[in-house]
Amino acid sequence: MRKKPVSAVSKVGRFSFPRKAFAFPYMLFLLVFIIVPLVMVLINAFIDDATGRLTLRNFVTFFSDSTGLRVLGNSLVIGLLTTGICLLLGYPAAYLLSRHHASNRILVLLFILPMWVNFLIRTLSTKAIFLALGVELGMGTVIFGMVYNYLPFMILPLHTTLSDIDHAYTEAASDLGADGVQTFLRTTLPLSVPGIVSGITMVFIPTISTFAISELLSNRQIFLFGDSIQTKFSQGLYGVGSVMSLVMLAFVLLSSAVLNRLNRDDPKGGSLL
Amino acid sequence: MAGDEKIIELKNICKTYDLHEAVTNLSLSIRKGEFVTLLGPSGCGKTTTLRMIAGFEKPSSGTILFNGKDITQIPAHQRNINTVFQKYALFPHLNVFGNIAFGLRFKTVPDGEPYEENGEMYQNVRKLTKVEIAEKVERALKMVDLEGYGHRHVNTLSGGQQQRVAIARALVNEPDVLLLDEPLGALDLKMRKDMQLELMSMHKKLGITFIYVTHDQEEALTMSDTIVIMRDGVIQQIGSPKKIYDEPANAFVADFIGESNIFSGIMREDFKVEFIDTLFTCVDKGFKKDELIDVIVRPEDIRVTEANSENAQIKAEVLSSVFKGTYYQTTVLTVDGEERNELLVHDNVECREGSVIGLYIEPYDLHIMRKSRLINTLETVMWDEGVVEICGGRFPCTSLLPSGTPVKVEIDFDDVRLFDDEEDGIIGGEVVDSIYKGSYYQCIVRADDRYQFFIDTEDDWLIGDRVGISVDPDKLIVTPLEEASANA
Repeated sequence: MRKKPVSAVSKVGRFSFPRKAFAFPYMLFLLVFIIVPLVMVLINAFIDDATGRLTLRNFVTFFSDSTGLRVLGNSLVIGLLTTGICLLLGYPAAYLLSRHHASNRILVLLFILPMWVNFLIRTLSTKAIFLALGVELGMGTVIFGMVYNYLPFMILPLHTTLSDIDHAYTEAASDLGADGVQTFLRTTLPLSVPGIVSGITMVFIPTISTFAISELLSNRQIFLFGDSIQTKFSQGLYGVGSVMSLVMLAFVLLSSAVLNRLNRDDPKGGSLL
Repeated sequence: MAGDEKIIELKNICKTYDLHEAVTNLSLSIRKGEFVTLLGPSGCGKTTTLRMIAGFEKPSSGTILFNGKDITQIPAHQRNINTVFQKYALFPHLNVFGNIAFGLRFKTVPDGEPYEENGEMYQNVRKLTKVEIAEKVERALKMVDLEGYGHRHVNTLSGGQQQRVAIARALVNEPDVLLLDEPLGALDLKMRKDMQLELMSMHKKLGITFIYVTHDQEEALTMSDTIVIMRDGVIQQIGSPKKIYDEPANAFVADFIGESNIFSGIMREDFKVEFIDTLFTCVDKGFKKDELIDVIVRPEDIRVTEANSENAQIKAEVLSSVFKGTYYQTTVLTVDGEERNELLVHDNVECREGSVIGLYIEPYDLHIMRKSRLINTLETVMWDEGVVEICGGRFPCTSLLPSGTPVKVEIDFDDVRLFDDEEDGIIGGEVVDSIYKGSYYQCIVRADDRYQFFIDTEDDWLIGDRVGISVDPDKLIVTPLEEASANA
């Protein structure tokens, strides 16, 4: 008997629905909780809180206010410092983790373990420890808290990248006369640039927009950009708050564009150093 | 080309990983300028040996000499030896130029005249200049026919081109020894043939020592001055390709190199050997009367003649005859004798399937070698009355010696039973070899404590497979050790 492939296909077709339908729930979520708020922020930035009219005054208010700009500067500095310290601490840790295979899993677990504790509880406990030790809360404690919170986000991508580097490359380097340090500088480090870039992305971008950590660990002395946006909104200053959110968004987009660029350029011969 | 001066000597090298012994008591010397190939099936220890010469692995025991100097503990980067890696290991973050120049950046050259200070001679050294590096890289690129490829990214190159870059990257450092770890494995057949010729001409031109690892016997026969055949971490034979082909040291080598007919035979007297139920004249002597031996005959050494010709030593029935371009490959089955044996014949005579033909072999074409073992013998202890311990397993036996008695156990080759499923045997083991001997297969199974069982079986067991081993109780010949030694 002849097969009837055509009818079989159409029969399946009638009862199935397009596979992309599985993406609909998330697309709906995206629309309601990301696109709509972004559009609202954009609109709010151009609306006068008092009169409800279109205006550019919110921009003028923010950019002429030196305190606001100083807070922005502070945030960037703290973000850069946190990222730098995370990289300095995280790289050697990730490197060691990728070398020692036997005890590897337990060590990775130890690094991830703090993330299982709620971040607010973690930060409040840190504060309690500092107070108990008599450490004065300020810039130092804020940066400590930030590094503590974001270090795992640096280690994990670095660990993944470093573990994936084929051992043959380091062997080839030592075969060609490179000693341990030279092998690291000329093969392992450049080959781990993608991990460095994604580590930086995962730490720097959240740190410049973070709030609460600075507030809790500095007794409200140090105000970061995230905190001041929160304050503006809680004071009902939606217009200026929205402008600040847009400025923040611009920084996030800019830094991820720069990092993306770095990552893409790398295989063509350049490196971070 | 190859002088008598030894450049590399391996002395009693052993390498053990956890419980597995990869290389066992290996000794080998390599002459300056020689093209040496380490040849063997996968897992035979050839790559481990190469890695120890390169310095990536340290031997568990033994010494490695380089120009007479002990380099066993010297790290890879201080050895003037370069490697072409199996999958090239070209640095993906560097272009072709960067890859080739990599090693040159660490090189130092003498700077100025040597001078004397406090009675000691000193020599200033300096790094190579950018111009010097560029010149050397250009020359290396030219040598591998890749001029103008310096700026190309390595991932944009074909397999053959990557191969050339890998060779250039190693040779640009002017090593004394070049190690090549199955460098042609990833290339297609035609490319492989071309690269074989190119490597050979490079070797001739440069005059440096090449140590080449491969599992491809044809590649080894084509390229090498000397072939080192390894199996299971042990060298089986060292010799020129011709010698290894013509005079294989044992059945394994004969089976691995080229095609051969391997039979068990008996030396009846000097110059007289009996196998496949026929008495042949040979050129060998000095064996014991009726000593069991292995006979190896290359297929091209068996001549075809008429069945009733007076030359014919054996009569055989033709099973198949296939034209192979320059000869006919004929498979025949002997007609006479209690057991019929299969032979492979290469001759330029076409034979009709089903017909009976005569075969004869010239005396000097019979290669006779002592058997490495006639019976499996182990020394062990009784586990209990009626149970003997063998390789960690408890084998029921007919001996009623008390527990703990030291005993000698003997098992005939055809009394060992193998099982596909490891669980079905009393102990497990790995098949390390299987050789067809005309009417049966002789296979070697290594138990987990490394004892090797020789087994004659009807089936061809897959090398590398895990199998179960057992022996029927009445087939275990158990004798107490004191008695055995008293008898001896």
